[in-house]
Amino acid sequence: MKLQIQHLLGLEGVSREDINLILDTADNFYGVLQRDIKVVPTLRGKTIVNLFYENSTRTRISFELAEKRLSANPLNFAASTSSASKGETLRDTIQNIEAMKIDMVVVRHSSAGVPYFLTKCTDAVIVNAGDGLHEHPTQALLDMMTIRQKLGRLEGLKVAIIGDIFHSRVARSNAWGMKTMGMDVVLCGPPTLLPQHPESLGVPVTDNVDEALEGADVVMLLRIQLERQSSAVFPSIREYRDRYGVDLDRLSKLKKDVVIMHPGPVNRGVELASNVADSGNSVILDQVTNGVAVRMAVLYLLGGGE
Amino acid sequence: MINRKNGNVEYPVNSEAPAQPLVITGGRVIDPINDIDGIYNIILDNGKVKAVCTDIPSEYFDVEILNAEGMWVLPGLVDMHVHLREPGREDKETIATGTQAAAAGGFTAVACMPNTNPVLDEESKIRYVIQRGEGCPCRIYPIGAITKSLEGEELTPFGEMVKTGAKAVSDDGKSVAKSNVMRNALNYSKSFNIPVICHSEESTLSYKGHMNEGLISTELGIRGIPVIAEDIAVSRDLLLAEYTGARVHIAHVSTAGSVRLIREAKSRGVKVTAETCPHYFTLTDKDVGMYDTNKKMNPPLRTDIDREAVIAGLADGTIDVVASDHAPHVSEEKDVEFDAAAFGVVGLETSLGVVLTALVHKGILTPAQMVERMSIAPNKILGLNGGTLKAGSVADITIVNPSVKWTVDLDGFFSKSRNTAFMGMELEGAAAYTILDGKVVYWRN
Repeated sequence: MKLQIQHLLGLEGVSREDINLILDTADNFYGVLQRDIKVVPTLRGKTIVNLFYENSTRTRISFELAEKRLSANPLNFAASTSSASKGETLRDTIQNIEAMKIDMVVVRHSSAGVPYFLTKCTDAVIVNAGDGLHEHPTQALLDMMTIRQKLGRLEGLKVAIIGDIFHSRVARSNAWGMKTMGMDVVLCGPPTLLPQHPESLGVPVTDNVDEALEGADVVMLLRIQLERQSSAVFPSIREYRDRYGVDLDRLSKLKKDVVIMHPGPVNRGVELASNVADSGNSVILDQVTNGVAVRMAVLYLLGGGE
Repeated sequence: MINRKNGNVEYPVNSEAPAQPLVITGGRVIDPINDIDGIYNIILDNGKVKAVCTDIPSEYFDVEILNAEGMWVLPGLVDMHVHLREPGREDKETIATGTQAAAAGGFTAVACMPNTNPVLDEESKIRYVIQRGEGCPCRIYPIGAITKSLEGEELTPFGEMVKTGAKAVSDDGKSVAKSNVMRNALNYSKSFNIPVICHSEESTLSYKGHMNEGLISTELGIRGIPVIAEDIAVSRDLLLAEYTGARVHIAHVSTAGSVRLIREAKSRGVKVTAETCPHYFTLTDKDVGMYDTNKKMNPPLRTDIDREAVIAGLADGTIDVVASDHAPHVSEEKDVEFDAAAFGVVGLETSLGVVLTALVHKGILTPAQMVERMSIAPNKILGLNGGTLKAGSVADITIVNPSVKWTVDLDGFFSKSRNTAFMGMELEGAAAYTILDGKVVYWRN
């Protein structure tokens, strides 16, 4: 089996077959991760550059672990600046790295479209680990893997994604990917944290949290950046928690087996009460485990592993 | 004389040599100010228009003839909004290369914006630009800054700059943020009868934006510049113009809201003129495609609603002028991630072709209205003497081949920069000859 896509730039436009193939492959790697020896030789000899222009601990570690468990050689490149005026251009950077003979690039960058731009600069396979406000496809894939693991299917499930939708590439990738998989997604947040023109995301958007939660099989909370208070986006943590946070009281009104998710890191007591984050409905740590399996699957399938 | 195909750029043009008499025969002469539209001969002598006539007087039987059959003979076109980058960024463009591009685009005059380095904010810098323009194949009229260093705080010496040759003032590239400073600039400008050219942008709304805020910016994950960032600033500038009685010229109109506001202000008698650029009536934010930085400019490409409103504004005269906002950038400022890419596109060498293709051949503007928007109105707004072919006027003439088909191709550009939004576009019509002071400075093979 082969993917139709050559790079993973985002989930917009990626077919259901490709997503299923990645999720099925990830399920197999999940099995590998339960063994004593969690390493397979599939990408032996391949060099994968983790090109991170934005700070990230967990995504980078997750990719690095996935690469090591596929027997690839990871190379970490952390850069703090991106603009041409401050140093080397992105094209020069990637072509210098490519000149050292590498096979794949995992890239995170604060500017949307950078993964696509890199495909025009290099022959290496590009995997998007988050680009600006645009997409974070491996996060959405691990979310879908986790939902399928817990509820046995994706088709027909209702998912409410709540929080800072405007700044969330996770919400975008999930909206596109889950819609492709026949899921019923609703995005919810204060109007100041919703896109002004959301129709191109293809899913409903609301500021009414009760409406969003109605009948939800899955509730995904997004991290709220506390410093947004100072930019007149919302007035106080207390009001945000009261209007959009999920606590035991809200949880009790949801389906018994509702799946509570969060891409992390969690602001305990803000978007998610501690006792909900630690409840039996929460799959936050499963998401982290599955992240490694999904990234192994993506790298394996795109990297031509055997 | 410069010429596209064989690349024989003769520069500087020898301005000392007297212009030889020249007879332009058989062209369709379109001179709306003098109510002329028909097949005539034009006789040029000593750098001036001698006559527009059906016969050729016997004393001109032996002079050089330029056969303009099938072509349009127009008063020289003027692009009143260009960035020539000199002084400071001669790697992007110089006054020499920029005026060559202008001549090749059919322009006999350009007005250049002051956001150079240093900024054109005092008399000596205006004088520098004028001196650098001597001998160039296109006239160059500097526009002085409104505020020192474009900082939006202290007024520049309008009087000294105007005396030296500045034809307008503008802080183009950004708005004068403080309304009290803008009010003072407008009031002060009245002593010199110059327009204050407004780059109208409410920067707290456009902050960090890189393209039009809309469905496409949501999809691409690019922070948006909403139409209201322009509409609010245009609205303020119109109200200030009305209150002070000064003249404003709204630069690069891109939104339906601006067109509506300007139309309404004109009907109230506000002294406002306005311009738009070829990309705003041909392209939309959809053309950004996959993060194409050659579609990134400020204001940004908008939606079809805006594009259609801009066309309607050009058709009914709400928008007086087509200008290119020629903004050259080197490749390392464009061949980068979208957020880091510089705003702006070159336009001098495509402007006429795009106007002909998208407006004139589609019946939106008559050829005479095109002459209004690209010659008569900018001459009037800047207080210049062109825009007419009346006997005795300076022989600045653009001869247009309205039917030649060509494809926009970077190799043909005289500009130093290559950041066109029209790459690969098929156009119909181009400048065939550009005549300055009665001398052919450009001809197209």
